[in-house]
Amino acid sequence: MVQHQLSTFSQALVAALEDCGATHVVSLPSTETSGLYEVLAQSRLRLVPVCREGEAIGIAAGLYCGGQKPVVMVQNTGFMESGDSVRGLAIPLRIPMPLYIGYRGYKPGGQPMTDTAGIYLEPILKAWGIKYYLVGPDGDIGLVHTGFQEAWETNRPVAVLLAAEQETLT
Amino acid sequence: MMNTLDALKVLAQHRKNEVVIAAMTSNQAWQMISSHELDLPLSGCMGKASSLGLGLALARPDIQVWVVDGDGSLLNNLGTLVTIGNLGPPNLVHFVLHNGVYQVSGGQPLPGEGKFTFCDLARAAGYASTHVVDALEDLETRLPAMLSAPRPALVCLDVKPSKERISSSMASTAKALPRVKAILERSVS
Repeated sequence: MVQHQLSTFSQALVAALEDCGATHVVSLPSTETSGLYEVLAQSRLRLVPVCREGEAIGIAAGLYCGGQKPVVMVQNTGFMESGDSVRGLAIPLRIPMPLYIGYRGYKPGGQPMTDTAGIYLEPILKAWGIKYYLVGPDGDIGLVHTGFQEAWETNRPVAVLLAAEQETLT
Repeated sequence: MMNTLDALKVLAQHRKNEVVIAAMTSNQAWQMISSHELDLPLSGCMGKASSLGLGLALARPDIQVWVVDGDGSLLNNLGTLVTIGNLGPPNLVHFVLHNGVYQVSGGQPLPGEGKFTFCDLARAAGYASTHVVDALEDLETRLPAMLSAPRPALVCLDVKPSKERISSSMASTAKALPRVKAILERSVS
């Protein structure tokens, strides 16, 4: 049952990214998108696997410079690691960079979070001036489009926080 | 060991229409000898020149990409060797200026200096060819062969440390990226 739900979410996510016109998913795996690689293998999107999340920002910037439409998909822990690349590349160079971030530690309904990966995520995004949307357990997949389009309209990183799959796991 | 500027002049003499992404110290030196429209200098964001170059090489297999990295910068993003080796772009040459110090911050020694080689690391990570050069005459003689060797290639250039302090600014990067992007868009085949 859980596997079916995971697969369904990943399929919806990949379908939405294809619909947006994304070309590449630059990514390090996370539990929140654990079914993603399997689904990506069946899609027209090209996976670019990285060793560390800061690389993903640089690679996405290069893909953009070469005329592609990449997205970055990482966990919140890795997003924090990528901070200097977001600060030093994506923001000052005005690169449209949709960021799909697995929201480790998320608790629905305003319940207090205990995982600092979750606690610090939204304050960090606010501090860096990065607009974000939450795809929670109700899974409003339309926000995948919203984040993508807004990144391209504003030439900035825009984050979509993925909490849906984690909730099916807990 | 070579003087950095002399070594880069040799590279510039052999450069055709490659996009050149130079980082940190090498960026400042490269800008002193080149004003090519496909120069993409990267100041700041230490270590990410090779990632930017990889993305560009993947996006445009029809163009050639040179990354001119620093040794401290490469150590700052060492996983990039595995990422590049894994994806194996056949249009990427990764130069590393090896002077053994963090030149931008005043010449402090790099961790592990002398205990490993970048060529060994790159070879183990899957680069198709690796090369090391420590003399200018050698570079002048061997560069054409290195540029036609299997890629991705890593070319380690042993250069002398300098006491000169380097300042960096993202302003030149912000100007260059849209220019390079526009030129590449016009050249889509």
